[in-house]
Amino acid sequence: MEWKFEDDIPIYQQIMDIVKQQIAVGGLEAGQKLPSVRELALEAGVNPNTMQKALAELEREGLLYSQRTAGRFVAEQKRIKQGLQEDLMREYMQIFLENMSKLGYSAQEALQLLQKYLEGGVKEK
Amino acid sequence: MNVLLQCEGIHKSYGNRKVLEDISLEIPQGRIIGLLGPNGSGKTTLIKLVSGLLVPDAGKILAAGNQIGVESKKRISYLPERTYFSSSWKVKETLCLFEDFYEDFNREAAERTLQTLQIDLKSRISTLSKGTREKLQLVLVMSREAELYLLDEPMGGVDPAARDFILKTILANYNEQASILISTHLIQDVEKILDDVIFLKQGHIVLQKSVDQLRQEHKKSVDALFREVFAC
Repeated sequence: MEWKFEDDIPIYQQIMDIVKQQIAVGGLEAGQKLPSVRELALEAGVNPNTMQKALAELEREGLLYSQRTAGRFVAEQKRIKQGLQEDLMREYMQIFLENMSKLGYSAQEALQLLQKYLEGGVKEK
Repeated sequence: MNVLLQCEGIHKSYGNRKVLEDISLEIPQGRIIGLLGPNGSGKTTLIKLVSGLLVPDAGKILAAGNQIGVESKKRISYLPERTYFSSSWKVKETLCLFEDFYEDFNREAAERTLQTLQIDLKSRISTLSKGTREKLQLVLVMSREAELYLLDEPMGGVDPAARDFILKTILANYNEQASILISTHLIQDVEKILDDVIFLKQGHIVLQKSVDQLRQEHKKSVDALFREVFAC
């Protein structure tokens, strides 16, 4: 993997992006075992804590998974898809809520409006 | 998390020039911390206080719960800004010195690293370049299995490629329970290995934060922020 870092973004986020890219282009394959945190940190020339944080986040997003003694692996396609889907879902929700808040609605109100809308109760202006 | 180093209200003057004023800080286990500041900001003085070469005028310093002294020196590995080996020695003799002095010195590890660096054990110190001497000293200091490493300008005299090597040596050799305090003004080179930074300005701590947080908040590298904070 090539490790190059920009200045204005936390390094753990950049590591996450690099790993994601590698998964996307097939440089890392589903089920493949990753080197240890320490080895990866050395390879990238970053602090092991930073590498650990990046991998833990990727795990949370479902792109990696770890088995207690065996190490860390790239998730299967299905799991990755699920993870990405969840990510996007969160993003869209956030955009929706932000837009609603710009209109002056609280999250609670937005939820009620959405429900009403689905039931066909909100009139179009 | 265990606190490895605790400084409380440290003051230090040389004559009537105040070098450090009311410095308080804590270093937990397992962190790499950059001690950053322009020349004359008090970095070396602070490191010398922790290593026991200087005594503070006021305030208290505890290293792993101990006062600074014999016990703390057993657990702290210190790299001074200048190398202190006699130029008539051979590399091998510096290894012997460390082995005699420090119970926690791992000679095998040191020899292994020197080998990858192609530093011959039979060379005389006087025949080594300045950069090679610095590397040798760093290898020795990092080959101690210490709890806290104090590195004062570890890359002052080496070229950029060697700096990367030095950083890797630091990363490869320290145990994850230990912490490292690195003083430097070559921020760009070290910032990707740092967890936290401490900015020192005219004897005061002006900023103490994690690097991730800094980048997130300021959308800038530590190097860029440093230039801003210390703009003349």
